Amino acid sequence: MKNSLIRLENISKSFDDELILNHISLDVKKNDFVTLLGPSGCGKTTTLRIIGGFETPDDGQVYFNDKVITQKPPYKRNINTVFQKYALFPHYNVFDNIAFGLKIKKMHHSDIKKKVDWALNLVNLKNFENRNIHQMSGGQQQRIAIARAIVNEPEVLLLDEPLGALDLKLRKDMQYELKELQRELGITFIYVTHDQEEALTMSSTVVVMNDGVIQQAGSPEMIYNEPTNAFVADFIGESNIISGVMRKDCFVELFNHGFVCVDKGFGINEAVDVVIRPEDVILLKPEKDKLTGKVTDCIFKGVHYETYVEAGGKEWMIHNTKSHIIGSDVSIDIAPENIHIMKKR
Amino acid sequence: MIKSGLKKLYMGLVFIFLYAPIVTLIVFSFNDSKSRAKWEGFTLKWYANMFHDPVIVKSLYYTLIIALIAAIVATLIGTFAAIGIHYMKKWFRGIVMNITYLPVLNPDIVTGIGLMLLFILINLKLGFESLLLAHITFCIPYVIISVLPKLKQLTPNTFEAALDLGATPFQTIWKVIVPEISPGIVTGFLLSFTLSLDDFVISYFTTGNGVQTLSITIYTMTKRGIKPEINALSTILFAAILVLLILINRRPGKNNVLLD
Repeated sequence: MKNSLIRLENISKSFDDELILNHISLDVKKNDFVTLLGPSGCGKTTTLRIIGGFETPDDGQVYFNDKVITQKPPYKRNINTVFQKYALFPHYNVFDNIAFGLKIKKMHHSDIKKKVDWALNLVNLKNFENRNIHQMSGGQQQRIAIARAIVNEPEVLLLDEPLGALDLKLRKDMQYELKELQRELGITFIYVTHDQEEALTMSSTVVVMNDGVIQQAGSPEMIYNEPTNAFVADFIGESNIISGVMRKDCFVELFNHGFVCVDKGFGINEAVDVVIRPEDVILLKPEKDKLTGKVTDCIFKGVHYETYVEAGGKEWMIHNTKSHIIGSDVSIDIAPENIHIMKKR
Repeated sequence: MIKSGLKKLYMGLVFIFLYAPIVTLIVFSFNDSKSRAKWEGFTLKWYANMFHDPVIVKSLYYTLIIALIAAIVATLIGTFAAIGIHYMKKWFRGIVMNITYLPVLNPDIVTGIGLMLLFILINLKLGFESLLLAHITFCIPYVIISVLPKLKQLTPNTFEAALDLGATPFQTIWKVIVPEISPGIVTGFLLSFTLSLDDFVISYFTTGNGVQTLSITIYTMTKRGIKPEINALSTILFAAILVLLILINRRPGKNNVLLD
């Protein structure tokens, strides 16, 4: 396949007889910001480590610019990594940490100085080069780790939950900065996280993983709006997942009430999973032919109210801007394009 | 009041029992008399005599050269062994660590006789080489035990981070891992040097051909009656080991698993 910078082909990996990756294939395009997203133990970090060269797959091949690199050691790959706990070298100061890779390459001293200055400037740590690593805060160490990686001008930067140890505010700032950095440098980023919001905010491609299998790969909008299965729907944002039956094309039955939808191609009377996002549920005054229920709770969340409605034997989560009295009757309506039908797993 | 007085008395007694022999030895090494019962004034002549005794000077030379070479070689082998053990799979590491600890707990006399039998079996003439090999052997576990905790303190992925930045495994060990664990390596070296100086039992069984360490010389001298030079020699040995122990314990970033 042309255009792909990194290609994983049928990768499998086990540790102590436990299957961690089960025949994974993935294409990463140049300049892409790819996020591997999933719960812990889903295989996302192992995937990253295979790309970095720290693990060798039991089966399958890794391609880099259409060349097989499966057996190549990390120090021969033009890929750099930002580790979760930074893995800075405490006996070197900031300058020597960042210069480490350049010194290994035996670059000329004055060029090293120039490059380190450039990298420090990029991560907003100008004039910090003589500091000791222990004198730096967690956020600053994070920036040094990023500078240490990008100063080598890799074609691909791997980031293993790099913001995991930072507090919420700093995390948000860094998300924005990383995204900016990626745009500015034009380096392909492969980013591992278990935080779905982070994934949606930063990435151009989100790869949702679970149980060693890629569940879905696509743009954040596509993953959010068109999840392929209940796992993806549940993992990406809040959702109401309901069992339904397709009565015909573009018509699904939920709790004995018919809803018009836009999905086609399912079998007549096929049982399906239906995903409805909380913000897509419209609450109306009780109407006769509509699905009707009782408000069980209504919580003010700042921008919206989080309302819970018991209807058809299921508790629905609804986000809207109106408050509802607990115990009152409401009817539920959903626009056809907001009903997402998925095959049962 | 009485209680705390008793406590202090008890502690004082313990220290007297522990240190009275050494203090006696040190005091009599400065005694201007061959008598072991009477104080007849201060002198340094036993120390001067000692350095004129060719047997003592030669054994001092052997003691120092063996301690130095044994400590250097054991530190090298032990450090690389520790790095290897650290990056082993967990269950295998457990087995290897138990094998490592065993010689530490093994009675010296068993180690000594075992080594002697082995040297005889492989036809190695007992002498300088066998003594040196024996010292290297019993020092290695102590180096491993000193270095391993430092490796455990490394931030996770340190090794991989260096590989990632283009360093070969050898460059990684040399430029990143060794500087990080150097306090442990120095502790291991000093510990080996001290243990080698200190050893009598294993040396006694593994040497021969006229090669003697200080402790063996002291032992053979006592068989011919205790001369005041022995007091002087023992005092010097005690002082050297004391200084080394203080050095090991006072170093910054120490990890004195054994000496606390």
